[in-house]
Amino acid sequence: MPATNDTVWAAEDTTPAAIEAALRELLIERHSESDGYVPARVLNLVCIVERQWRGEIANRLRRVGRYHASRTIVCAVSEGRRTIDAVAAVAADATPATGEHVLTHETVILDLGPGHLEHLESIVDPLVITDLTTLVWAPHGHWQAVDALRGISQCVLLDSAEDPDVAGALRRAQRLLAERYVVDLAWLRSTPWRERIATLFNQPKRRVLLGEIAQIRIRNVAESGASALLLCGWLTSRLGWPQGQLTRDGHGRAIGAMGEVGVMLESVPQDVPGLGGITIGFRDGSELSLDRGPGGLTARRRDGGGSERSWKLLGASRGEGGILGEGIRQSLLRDPTYRDALDAAAGMLT
Amino acid sequence: MTLTGIGPNPLAQGLERLPVAPTNLVIFGATGDLARRKLLPAIYNLAHEGALPGFFNLIGVSRGELTHEAYREIAAESIRRFSRTPPDESVLSGLLSELRYVSGGFGDAETYATLSAALEELGAAAGEPMSRVFYLSTAPEYFSVIVGALGAAGLAQSQEFDVRAIIEKPFGTSLAEARQLNAEVLSVFTESQVFRIDHYLGKETVQNMLAFRFANGMFEPLWNRNYIANVQITAAEDIGIESRAGYYDHAGALRDLVENHMMQLLTLLCMEPPVTFSADDVRDEKVKVLHAIRTPRSEEIDQISVRGQYGPGVSGGRPVVGYREEEGVPEDSHTETFAALRLLVDNWRWAGVPFYLRTGKRLARKITEIAVTLRPVPHLAFEQEGSLGVRPNQLVMTIQPNEGVSLSLGAKIPGPRMRIRPVNMEFLYGTAFLSQSPEAYERLILDAMRGEATLFTRNDEVEAQWRICDPIVSAWSGASAALPQYEAGSQGPAEAQALLLEGHQWRAI
Repeated sequence: MPATNDTVWAAEDTTPAAIEAALRELLIERHSESDGYVPARVLNLVCIVERQWRGEIANRLRRVGRYHASRTIVCAVSEGRRTIDAVAAVAADATPATGEHVLTHETVILDLGPGHLEHLESIVDPLVITDLTTLVWAPHGHWQAVDALRGISQCVLLDSAEDPDVAGALRRAQRLLAERYVVDLAWLRSTPWRERIATLFNQPKRRVLLGEIAQIRIRNVAESGASALLLCGWLTSRLGWPQGQLTRDGHGRAIGAMGEVGVMLESVPQDVPGLGGITIGFRDGSELSLDRGPGGLTARRRDGGGSERSWKLLGASRGEGGILGEGIRQSLLRDPTYRDALDAAAGMLT
Repeated sequence: MTLTGIGPNPLAQGLERLPVAPTNLVIFGATGDLARRKLLPAIYNLAHEGALPGFFNLIGVSRGELTHEAYREIAAESIRRFSRTPPDESVLSGLLSELRYVSGGFGDAETYATLSAALEELGAAAGEPMSRVFYLSTAPEYFSVIVGALGAAGLAQSQEFDVRAIIEKPFGTSLAEARQLNAEVLSVFTESQVFRIDHYLGKETVQNMLAFRFANGMFEPLWNRNYIANVQITAAEDIGIESRAGYYDHAGALRDLVENHMMQLLTLLCMEPPVTFSADDVRDEKVKVLHAIRTPRSEEIDQISVRGQYGPGVSGGRPVVGYREEEGVPEDSHTETFAALRLLVDNWRWAGVPFYLRTGKRLARKITEIAVTLRPVPHLAFEQEGSLGVRPNQLVMTIQPNEGVSLSLGAKIPGPRMRIRPVNMEFLYGTAFLSQSPEAYERLILDAMRGEATLFTRNDEVEAQWRICDPIVSAWSGASAALPQYEAGSQGPAEAQALLLEGHQWRAI
């Protein structure tokens, strides 16, 4: 967060009530400096992280552009800790000029131990801003804490691509989705691809080809199998295909409108996480492909006779900071296609 | 599956960015200020966000002699300078790689032959039908010239793809001109092909007026003559005319802002809930509001309108010159830089409620807002002594610069006595949303490419707006009386007070 000025409070062996009181005082203090300081009131973000890696998470959160939560509560977990230490800060991006408003954001960093996680709700509940959506993110896998915050959070941010067990990650997302909304960064990495595929088939004469699909090949970096599966699940669920199947080597099949459709997920070398390309083959031997490249995606169309043409679909890469920012933004929206895509993707692995 | 009866695109459901058909976008006036400051950066930002269609080409048309390469450099420089997003050089070079420039007079058949050839060539290269959008960002006198020439060149209609025309404001400078221009435009295009742009309508906060009114049950019961005492719509600027003397001295404040932006704000504020938010349902309701405003009679113009012109003064702590001393302005100019009107909307909901509209240059500060003042409570049980007074509640919707809504309430001052002063319950859009509002032009260009016309002004709206303003323009242009002067940096001419009915007062700018 590019704060130009912070108002800070810190205490050792403290309590949620004391921290909450300190936050109120910090806000009053800020407002007394200038009534141009206005607290952002959009979203609470609760991060549960390993204390030793909290700097890395702070760096990731700094890169989310303007998508900062209004109040961020970082629960930094370290072995052996039994008391709670806290630092609270109210940060502003600038000093308000006369007649202008400058948003302030609050950050609370709690140092606590594994023993606190089971009852984390009783610690965090007094600290979140009432009536705002609360988003929970446990990038280091503190799922027990995520479950403990079930009662006060409406949304869970996760990245299915970070779990080497893709099937397990998708099942977890399904379980969490049954009780809260889920924003999966692996799903968001597929957004530009989904938009572009929809565009490729938007003209009625192209849309007819959706019934002629014979093969889907998705290329992804090895660590982004979840994104590839979710993209495949999105395509099959949007087309109303029955459950497909996939083996561990990434080969499988689905049943399309005209019969069996081959599905292949292929690992490709790539220096950024996410998808590398997709090729959709049709029954007449023609193909449509999208591949990642500088300045956007390259589309290729090859007809059954082998002649080929390509064109560029412009778009800047959002980078991982942009993906995380988008994840925070998406927690306030609802994607009506994610659940079906997730179920279809998870179903392909069972 | 067959082409006939093919359903909607199943892949588009749930996407934030809906697909756009392949498009060739032609900008007339491609080297002008609007194109360089707003249009090219807006198009770049659409490309940056992946919102442009796969097949998209940009063609600039202007009178200056330029090569394609020279225009690419102008476009790149404009984008780097004015884009709200720092350009990604790969995206920028991809966007501009096929950029074409057509040099020629807007009335020359040769210009359109060259343009037609370029469009054909780009369409053939794409290998599929490409929609055509003609953006007229030229001086208004060329609108009918360009439209006529497009028609004569056979570029205005197609059976294979959509053809649309975006026409910038001002759409005429009088009712007669607006009617004439509408007739000329609609002799070439159908109304569904025409997108008359008023970039105010692309602003998120203006669109939010519809959400505010029609997504919140608490205001609708109050939204009528029984509870509302008056409405003030203010569009004030602290700057002067800057480098726009040539345009502004012919237009004046009334034509520049009242006839279009402010009338649009008035319609959004007053309209009945539309049946759906389709373009025509929304615009039908807006037109009804305009039809309910009486055409001002010549004998009442002095009572319902005030104009003024800024003289020297102090703005932002610095001395500034008066309007007539601005570069390019005639010393004897009678152009108004301030306009205020009092209008009545004669329908069941609004009868008797005065609507005060006020705009001006070099006023105390920049603000665009709508202030709705409610009627006072019928009986006050509290003593007024020691109070700042129980004032009527006021709901203020601020369009810029601090977009938001505030509601003034009477509250007890802490202490042993029941003393009251007004307090504000304030909501700022910036505090409640994470997203940055896109530039109005980005939204509007994309809407036009998709054929979505809700945020564009229909022919009957334009004419209805002019029907209200035209008598005032005529009266002012024929007036011999001295133009009221106001000090730069002030609240405007003192004469504006005379517009207010008893008990009403202007909000401080």
